[in-house]
Amino acid sequence: MEKKWEEMSSDEKQEELFQRWISPEGVEFASPEAEKLYKERATRIKDAIQMKKLPDRVPVFLIPSFAPAYYSGLTPHDVMYNYDKIMPAWQKFYMDFQPDAHGGAFVPSPGKFVDILDFKLYKWPGHGVSPETTYQCIEGEYMRADEYDLLIHNSLHFFNYIWPARVFGALEPLQALPPLAGLTEIYGVSLSFIPYGTPPVKAAYQALLEAGDEAVKWIGAVGPFYPVMAASGFPPYQVGATKAPFDVIGDTLRGTRGIMLDMYRQPDKLIQAMETLVPMFIQIGVGAAQQSGCPLIFMPLHKGADGFLSDEQFKKFYWPTLKKVIMGLVDEGVVPFVWAEGGYNSRLEAIRDLPKGKTAWLFDLTDMAKAKKALEGIACVGGNMPMDLLSVGTTEDAKAHAKKCIDTCGKGGGYIMANGAFFDKVKFENLKAIVDFVKEYGVYK
Amino acid sequence: MAKDLVSTLADLKEQEALKIVEERLSGGEEPLKILDDARKAMEVVGKRFASSEYFMPDLVYSGEILKAITDMVKPKLSKEGEIKRLGKVVFGTVAGDIHDIGKDIVVFMLDVNGFEVYDLGVDVPAQKFVEKIKESGAPIVGLSGFLALAFDSMKQTIEAIQAAGLRDKVKVMIGGGQMSEEVRKYTGADAYGMDAMAGVSLAKKWVGAG
Repeated sequence: MEKKWEEMSSDEKQEELFQRWISPEGVEFASPEAEKLYKERATRIKDAIQMKKLPDRVPVFLIPSFAPAYYSGLTPHDVMYNYDKIMPAWQKFYMDFQPDAHGGAFVPSPGKFVDILDFKLYKWPGHGVSPETTYQCIEGEYMRADEYDLLIHNSLHFFNYIWPARVFGALEPLQALPPLAGLTEIYGVSLSFIPYGTPPVKAAYQALLEAGDEAVKWIGAVGPFYPVMAASGFPPYQVGATKAPFDVIGDTLRGTRGIMLDMYRQPDKLIQAMETLVPMFIQIGVGAAQQSGCPLIFMPLHKGADGFLSDEQFKKFYWPTLKKVIMGLVDEGVVPFVWAEGGYNSRLEAIRDLPKGKTAWLFDLTDMAKAKKALEGIACVGGNMPMDLLSVGTTEDAKAHAKKCIDTCGKGGGYIMANGAFFDKVKFENLKAIVDFVKEYGVYK
Repeated sequence: MAKDLVSTLADLKEQEALKIVEERLSGGEEPLKILDDARKAMEVVGKRFASSEYFMPDLVYSGEILKAITDMVKPKLSKEGEIKRLGKVVFGTVAGDIHDIGKDIVVFMLDVNGFEVYDLGVDVPAQKFVEKIKESGAPIVGLSGFLALAFDSMKQTIEAIQAAGLRDKVKVMIGGGQMSEEVRKYTGADAYGMDAMAGVSLAKKWVGAG
């Protein structure tokens, strides 16, 4: 009899999720060849991550930001405001370069959606930055230093009403809405609802409804990308994402400056708040993996990089709750696909603490020889294809670097060739050169 | 006797440092002497950062304490004290890029190492760099950028400096997320730096103080 999910070990859960991903339900492959390629690719990635079996060759990923738009001669503004242009551009990118997996087509967030809600957290093409430029985050204190207790003890209220009212200009009036917990009797039942009858709150809800319509329109245009790509033979390397609690607070709640001052002025509150976020951010990842059938969950890491924090600060503030999120995902069979931006040389020792074959680490500026040595037999490594090489190097430089990466890290499996940072405008012939080179040179014999 | 402000501030003891400043001010001490001690403390902070004893949170926190001290002392200052500077530097994140964390660290380190820094902020158009170079006569320009798109903006900024006839009057350094000799060549800069200390060393070398 088949085991129930809750009775499975984390190994069994991971295997189950991988099998669902390798043989996706409801996908009508375009051809037997496409089906064969899909299964080969997914199996290759699974073998590289689990390190139980040597893959047939080194898997190769391309992890773009707006590059597919530029490749099709479009600007970020074009694709953020014309949803129908997204899929063709993203499809063309992956079909032309033929990497082993695709990363979805969610990079171009819907422009009209952020317009309607007056998103304060970012500048986007045509709104603070030029139409040719990608969106960029505006750091600020979207949570005040004295609001940790609110985040810790009333996090749902904070995330549903307080924070959105600050990052979406159109939702500012929601901040004033009273909690409805006092409504237990008919006497006075309508009092708490008076604000809903006022013009500012009505306008906020109107904006929410319009934004919702826009989100539906957008997903209608980009959602089919996953089944279409699967049918063409490409598994996704990610569908959902989750984050390190330190980055959640440091990126978009307190900001870099805010969280760094909190490390000194209220370290206990900061740690307690990060602990509060752990189950939420495990659930975000597990839910996305379960729903999408993709066992890999993307985890971009920001402020734990070399130079940002001392070793002591990393071990006290960054790693404990990140490790809890990672382990929470691993326990449910999910593979954290960690995107370690910046350098991670001084953090490799800490990562060695993780169980074998459960995570994949893509590095940006980390010394790959060191990374491989530290994580050999523990975690699949990859990344490191440098941005300057992709942007201004020659195809020969790109191939030489790819060769060096495979020679350094490829031996024995547990390695994925990939770029080390999101890319936009690059020399596209370099991408092609790398993918083709890996397919030839990266074969395990 | 009050504890030493230099070591207290350098050790990032906020409350103690502020208390010392308050006591010294109410004891009628010359405000400039207090600021001078604070400056010495920031030099220590800079050295500790350079030797990887301090990291970003420590820099941020030291800056915050310094600001509080300056706010306390400033109203009592009769005139701005003249501080001898090594040289002027025009600094900013190039057009199209709004990242400021890296830039702020280099500006901080240049400042505590004795440079007068004109920080133009983020998303700075090429022309603004040109104008500031003209106005200040600064011999050093620092271009920061985190995005790969910044490579082009750096190139255009340096071309604008060239077009204004200022290229042989300034040395240009670039820094940010993804730097290399290839990027330096592409942009036409004189040098690139991988971290804040590299920026300071370059600036010192260029003013003949290194």
